[in-house]
Amino acid sequence: MAYSSLPFSKEELGRYNRHIIIPGFGIASQQKLKEAKVLVIGSGGLGSPALLYLTAAGVGTIGIVDFDLVDDSNLQRQVLFDVREIGQPKVEAARKRLEALNPHVQIKIYNAHLNSENALDILRDYDVIADGTDNFPTRYLVNDACVLLDKPNVYASIFQFEGQVSVFNLRLKDGRRGPNYRDLYPSPPPPGLVPSCAEGGVLGVLPGIIGSMQALEVIKIITGLGEPLSGRLFLFDALQFETRTFRVSPRADNPISGSHPEIKALVDYEQFCGMKAVEEKPIKELSARELYDLQVRGEKFQLIDVREPHEYQIVQIGGELIPVGTITEHADQIRRDRKVILHCKSGARSARAIRELESKFGFENLYNLTGGILAYIDQVQPELTKY
Amino acid sequence: MATVIIPTPLRKFTQNASRLKVEASDIGNAVRELTEQFPELKKHLLDDQGLIRSYVNIFVGEEDIRNLHQEQTAVNADSVVSIVPAIAGGSIQSLKMNYHGL
Repeated sequence: MAYSSLPFSKEELGRYNRHIIIPGFGIASQQKLKEAKVLVIGSGGLGSPALLYLTAAGVGTIGIVDFDLVDDSNLQRQVLFDVREIGQPKVEAARKRLEALNPHVQIKIYNAHLNSENALDILRDYDVIADGTDNFPTRYLVNDACVLLDKPNVYASIFQFEGQVSVFNLRLKDGRRGPNYRDLYPSPPPPGLVPSCAEGGVLGVLPGIIGSMQALEVIKIITGLGEPLSGRLFLFDALQFETRTFRVSPRADNPISGSHPEIKALVDYEQFCGMKAVEEKPIKELSARELYDLQVRGEKFQLIDVREPHEYQIVQIGGELIPVGTITEHADQIRRDRKVILHCKSGARSARAIRELESKFGFENLYNLTGGILAYIDQVQPELTKY
Repeated sequence: MATVIIPTPLRKFTQNASRLKVEASDIGNAVRELTEQFPELKKHLLDDQGLIRSYVNIFVGEEDIRNLHQEQTAVNADSVVSIVPAIAGGSIQSLKMNYHGL
């Protein structure tokens, strides 16, 4: 066959040569990749390797959803970005990098929070969804949107030294659909019990491994090669270098795909994950400038740092260290006769600590340092180390 | 007797042990035995009613105990029990707020 009658240019044939010559892959699989549209949700630790490999592999259209900006704390694992892009929207930095990597791929970007209002519209145009997000509400949102739209959802998740991969909602050869996230985890953990990577950390190379596996499953689904990880959960324990695979089965009581589905449209996922009640209860806030003013005026107050000891070692602003997980055990150390200001890195953990102390011990004098130590460094002591 | 594999996020409560041998004839006993040995595990594995939390999956070999006999699923000396809690890490992409905090 002459090059001119092939769907690929001479440059593309050269580029994809090592794919095309694999027995069983060939030009037909490469053609399927070129025709495919893949949406990657989250361009962080998992999205970075997944996007790089999918782009290099020649997936024809790749969408990226992310609202975040590149931060220097991302670069330990988010290999899409470099120091010149700190502060830029991730989707824009990602597009620039990916277009330079493979100009034959069309990159579409969505600089937005994925939510119940926009998810169906964004996901609708894609053949395969790869979920690499960081929180339970979005996990359930992506799952439900994929079930409602009948799209396969390649799921990956990481924490510290452990990774999980699965393929959800895949249309199987017999016409049935494989299990989805709600079959594996029917309900989310209550807020605060399971730490995020931002809190608990993650070894940078781990998302590199797990995000690459995610790209692998996307490619297998598109090309129809091999056995996709549907109905199975893969687990990688990097510390022990152990892998395990578990069976995942559809549940009859799955509220979106079971025998009596109740979910027919996207719901409020914050509420579903128990966040609404927590969110609506207001707590008193204090800005970094206001804290500085208190310090300058020499007013009496107690400052409590609820971060972890290793964070305290990096930088601290004179607070007493009581990590959020132990705050209720140390409630007796918290004064009731003066303003008590709690802070963490950016304000979420200290807010949680305040809610816990208020509800369990009836404190009324607690203030949350808005934006945490990062805001204090920005507004008051820019010479301190940010992390 | 069975071997229980502790997931990395919970190893801080088991003095970093990744595999533990427990004297138990079924999953319910195995979990009770574990939480007695390591009381801090309790709130992560069991709810207020003492039931295994719905976001903590327990597998015997490759099988989810929900598809076997739940907490009455029998275990023996060859059984490998995996505790697999939900984890959500990947990249920050939240709805309106960052749920877990930065």
